[in-house]
Amino acid sequence: MSGWEILIEAAVKVVLAFVFLLVIVLLLVWAERRVVAVMQNRIGPNRAGPFGILQTLADGMKLFFKESLTPRRAEFGIYIAAPVAALIPALLIFLVIPIGAPIVIGDREYTLQVTDLNVGILYVLAISSLAVYAITLAGWSSGSKYPLLGSVRASAQMISYEAALGLALVPVIMFAGTTSMAGIVAAQQGEILGFLGAWHVILFPSFVIFLIAGFAETNRAPFDLVEAEQEIVGGYHTEYSGFRFALFFLAEYINIFNIAALTVVLFLGGWGGPVFGPQILVWFLPVFWFLLKTFAIIFLFFWVRATLPRMRYDQLMAFGWKRLIPISLAWIMLSMVALGIRRFGLPWS
Amino acid sequence: MSEFTDLLGPFKGFAVTFRNMFRKPVTTQYPEVKREKPQRFHGRHVLNRYPDGMEKCIGCELCAGVCPARCIYVRGADNPEDEPVSPGERFGFVYEINMLRCIFCAMCVEACPTEAITMTHLFEMSVTGRDDAIYTRDDLLVHEDGSVPHPQPDGPLIDIAELKLGDGWMRATAPSGRASYEGVVSWTPSARTGNLPPERGQSAVGDQPSAEPTESDNEQ
Repeated sequence: MSGWEILIEAAVKVVLAFVFLLVIVLLLVWAERRVVAVMQNRIGPNRAGPFGILQTLADGMKLFFKESLTPRRAEFGIYIAAPVAALIPALLIFLVIPIGAPIVIGDREYTLQVTDLNVGILYVLAISSLAVYAITLAGWSSGSKYPLLGSVRASAQMISYEAALGLALVPVIMFAGTTSMAGIVAAQQGEILGFLGAWHVILFPSFVIFLIAGFAETNRAPFDLVEAEQEIVGGYHTEYSGFRFALFFLAEYINIFNIAALTVVLFLGGWGGPVFGPQILVWFLPVFWFLLKTFAIIFLFFWVRATLPRMRYDQLMAFGWKRLIPISLAWIMLSMVALGIRRFGLPWS
Repeated sequence: MSEFTDLLGPFKGFAVTFRNMFRKPVTTQYPEVKREKPQRFHGRHVLNRYPDGMEKCIGCELCAGVCPARCIYVRGADNPEDEPVSPGERFGFVYEINMLRCIFCAMCVEACPTEAITMTHLFEMSVTGRDDAIYTRDDLLVHEDGSVPHPQPDGPLIDIAELKLGDGWMRATAPSGRASYEGVVSWTPSARTGNLPPERGQSAVGDQPSAEPTESDNEQ
């Protein structure tokens, strides 16, 4: 394969990934509004297009044509850079997520993943830490008090839960023996008891901790005190309007999809699932299974939002540092012992 | 132990939200599906006429005096000798209601001695400017044929037929609305709604109130 071919393949994949994410976000925002509405005995947006599916598109168009105000005391350069800085990490994380089994056409194999880094998990952790900068800078550069309060909360929260998020991944890496995303999915393709997928859900505590920390990372309910409307208006994006606000919004929903997709890849067997039928089905069923699982997790996000009230700030910190981190540390110990027994046998035998 | 039960608490909430997904929504698809309004709904006001076309308003300004929002402005004038507008001595020759200030409490309806001002079932009164929200005498006064003027045309939101409904509050506060007054005096008929039938719990009124309005004025 020549260098040009690699370059073209990468470019096509990047563009496809970008389009895929935008479409997913359009669907997600609409789906969230509909699901939460149904849970609250309302109807929800159902006017634009069939079932209101074009509502997000209409809202996006509206934001695009609206004036983008700049507060007089804003640090202008950083102020306009922050939304972009929020969007870029969100887009970058998706690049390493495999959304389907590799497709073999002729003698070429195409992976349904923009690139498979051998340090995939570390890359994800590193990039997701960058999102904190965007929020902190957005809050600070707005030159206004509510954004500043929101960004201070956001940085403290995201740094605290980043630790729990990282610790929850350690058992996964230990069991899979690799940090590459494709490798982790491949490690889960076996079967337990003949019919269950050998998913890392058996690392249940890790799964739960990862999900909870994921809620906090994406600033979703019940950890959405970063943008608690009742206290600090919109949080870090209070002073943003028009398309700059839309970029923050886009980043938030891409992050939700990323966290859900990561949960599926790391714990729920990725694109694994029964594959049958003609060649076209063999290609697309893995993508279908992946999306099905991802949307199940995303439904959980919506469900939690419709159910749980917001946590208080001290509760949030106490929960992160005094519960999640000790539990994940203990769980790492346990899984190390389990792995040791599996490899070397019981100490007395 | 208590911490454990505390942990279980949120999960009961999840069951609640999940159950509610399968319930019928309590909201409706608004302009197409409108909820049935109560009989004594407080919509926009109208100034009524007697069936013979005389205006009921006598320009006494009691409505303006009682209005807690001070949204009503009335000026009375003497009736022209040759061509009287209302049966009394005077008539309301300026009548304005600022709908932006109105709180739709219907105190004006209660205060009115001649049942000139009553409320209808129409509440869709959106305007594009503050000036348009001030309903003048021309907007409020029922036409002689009983049809009701409205600044906006009939459409998906505005059902002009609703303007024909709803003298309920007047009936509740009129003396004849009470059981002890049953069959004695009744609400005066109007060009807009005609003779109102007796309400539930009341026997049919034997003698319909006289169409001669000055008499009923004197009785009250």
